[in-house]
Amino acid sequence: MGVIPQHLPDQRQDYFVKYLDEYRDARIARALAAEIAQRTTQPWVLMEICGGQTHTIMRYGIDELLPKSLELVHGPGCPVCVTPLETIDKAIELALRPDVTLVSYGDMLRVPGSRSDLFRAKAQGADVRIAYSSMEAVKIARANPERKVVFLAIGFETTAPANAMAVWQAKRNGLKNFSMLASHVLVPPAIRALMVSETNRVQGFIAPGHVCTVMGCSEYEDLVRDFHVPIVVGGFEPVDLLEAVLMLVKQLEGGEAKLGNQYVRSVSYQGNVPAQQIMDEVFAIADQKWRGIGSIPRSGLRLREEYAAYDANRVFDLADIVVDEPAECISAQVLQGLKRPPDCPAFGMRCTPENPLGAPMVSSEGACAAYYHYRRHTIAS
Amino acid sequence: MSATKTIAELSCPAPLPAKDTVLLGHGSGGKLSAELIRDVFLPALSNPVLARLDDQAIVNINGQRLAITTDSFVVKPLFFPGGDIGSLAVHGTVNDLAMGGATPLFLSAAFIIEEGFSMEQLQRVVNSMRQAADAAGVQVITGDTKVVEKGKGDGLFINTTGIGLVPDGVEVSAHGARPGDKVMLSGSIGEHGIAILAQREGLEFESEIQSDSAALHTLVAEMLQVTRDIHCMRDPTRGGVSSTLNEIAEQSHVGIELEERTIPIHEEVRGACELLGLDPLYVANEGKLIAIVAPESAEAVLQAMRRHSLGSGARIIGTVKKENPGLVTMRTDFGTTRIVDMLAGDQLPRIC
Repeated sequence: MGVIPQHLPDQRQDYFVKYLDEYRDARIARALAAEIAQRTTQPWVLMEICGGQTHTIMRYGIDELLPKSLELVHGPGCPVCVTPLETIDKAIELALRPDVTLVSYGDMLRVPGSRSDLFRAKAQGADVRIAYSSMEAVKIARANPERKVVFLAIGFETTAPANAMAVWQAKRNGLKNFSMLASHVLVPPAIRALMVSETNRVQGFIAPGHVCTVMGCSEYEDLVRDFHVPIVVGGFEPVDLLEAVLMLVKQLEGGEAKLGNQYVRSVSYQGNVPAQQIMDEVFAIADQKWRGIGSIPRSGLRLREEYAAYDANRVFDLADIVVDEPAECISAQVLQGLKRPPDCPAFGMRCTPENPLGAPMVSSEGACAAYYHYRRHTIAS
Repeated sequence: MSATKTIAELSCPAPLPAKDTVLLGHGSGGKLSAELIRDVFLPALSNPVLARLDDQAIVNINGQRLAITTDSFVVKPLFFPGGDIGSLAVHGTVNDLAMGGATPLFLSAAFIIEEGFSMEQLQRVVNSMRQAADAAGVQVITGDTKVVEKGKGDGLFINTTGIGLVPDGVEVSAHGARPGDKVMLSGSIGEHGIAILAQREGLEFESEIQSDSAALHTLVAEMLQVTRDIHCMRDPTRGGVSSTLNEIAEQSHVGIELEERTIPIHEEVRGACELLGLDPLYVANEGKLIAIVAPESAEAVLQAMRRHSLGSGARIIGTVKKENPGLVTMRTDFGTTRIVDMLAGDQLPRIC
């Protein structure tokens, strides 16, 4: 499945290789919303996993188009949000060392650790650079042999292959001054953790399209079977999300639980096999701490022994540290879909993007920030 | 912060108090910039003219209303498709005068040059300034040169100050928006910011995106010919259309509601923004203006703008409202409404 319903005007011919206009077409969106409303006979709770999807829902007001009995809750798929404070603190500590150049993606620089962030470290004189890809960090290392270049590598399965490739390249080229501070997380173990939780309310999942572009859909089959829960891989545009919701509602109303793929223009069943191979070559699966949620077994990636010389945790003398989240922050419940950001008493008052209490208010993909940026005018204070 | 031991001692997480250092974001034109002005500059330098926080100061001298503005240019790269730091230094300051309804007359130019800077490049920049000034009908009548040691500057910085005269009966300011007014935009957005970014990052697109850098005062003059009912005018430079409208909403204590479908964006800019994870509403322009106009004059102003080459793509993009004072909202194509927020600092490319 995963095509725009038959009865809708087919504009694909004209637009297909254009940007994403057809997936932002208000007419198609309204028709999908009408069909969802018509098919929904009882309340359902659906979760979109990815922060990019949450962002689209808030930006376009998708939730406003849905019947009241359909509740969308927002999942843990914001890589910045679930990166443990300790990782950020380690990155800042490394960045402040005079012989280190720290490289990362732009939005990591603003994420606060315990006391500072990488922007502030940069203002204090740390050599912090923004890269669009991990390979740029390798290039910087090659061009500056006197600097110890550390790439702060975070993210889901989406960014893992490119990061693995950077390490692999560094090793192949015999680079001695490149290492990676990795904090990678995996989606399926997180869905499993949500489903086994006693407090779980989620009855259907929109799986993250970008992650599945890399990993394919096959690894979601077990979850569908084990928990009898429908999962539909969804894209990131409004029409994508509405179509994914419709595919879930059809299943739920019919008492079915199957794996569906709405994002067929990008996701295949097997995924990107060479990307998976390079990930597997460099990374091993490990237990991983998620900020706001806690440790989830086998939900992260660490560098394999063969690549230990490129693991910043081993190259540098970094003490293990444990820090607590502010008691007032309900991000744990938000990231598990138990509460919505406006349910938090601190939302928009003591917690804003300028003064965040927790990560979901910091990252542009965080659920709290999405509500704050796009919808706070509709939330009664 | 010492390098090794501090982290283990920490217990209080996220909130970021540190106002002890200046961050790059303080220069972004977003919330951090506003804070810097509010907390540091205004208290120390306060006077009623400064406190208006318009793009230009307007002072009355012997019955003549004089507009004064100053701007520093630190753009990298120095040369970009559609302009260079020299033409930009003229256009930027001319536009800040024009946004107050003033006729620009004279400029000053100050150069901070890093030791070792290429004389040939300096000559090109200065020639370009001359051309831009001639085209705009202004003269550079005074200047200054400083050279800093190698490594203490970044090639070349330019500051220009401009002086102009405000014609009688012209009253435009960021404080003047009233409920019912129409929000007008002179053309498509985001071209300057994307041209710079593409050049800086070595990104290549099918067709080269040119900066829109241009002097807008003749367009403004045409608009003022039609009516004096133009309540606000601003050029949406740093921070883009969204930051400019947020400032107007705040300073005028009104809400502003935009219509998403009416905002003109070139395909190339849209594609580049898509690729980079940027929102064109936050990307800088150097040759566009936003005007807030009384509803009864809106159509006439629109026609006047469209007759001018720099306003041929002009559109009405929204309306000033009583509701939600201080907020900019947008009616999406889906019929829903969202906030168009002011950014805290610079817009950052997202991780995925």
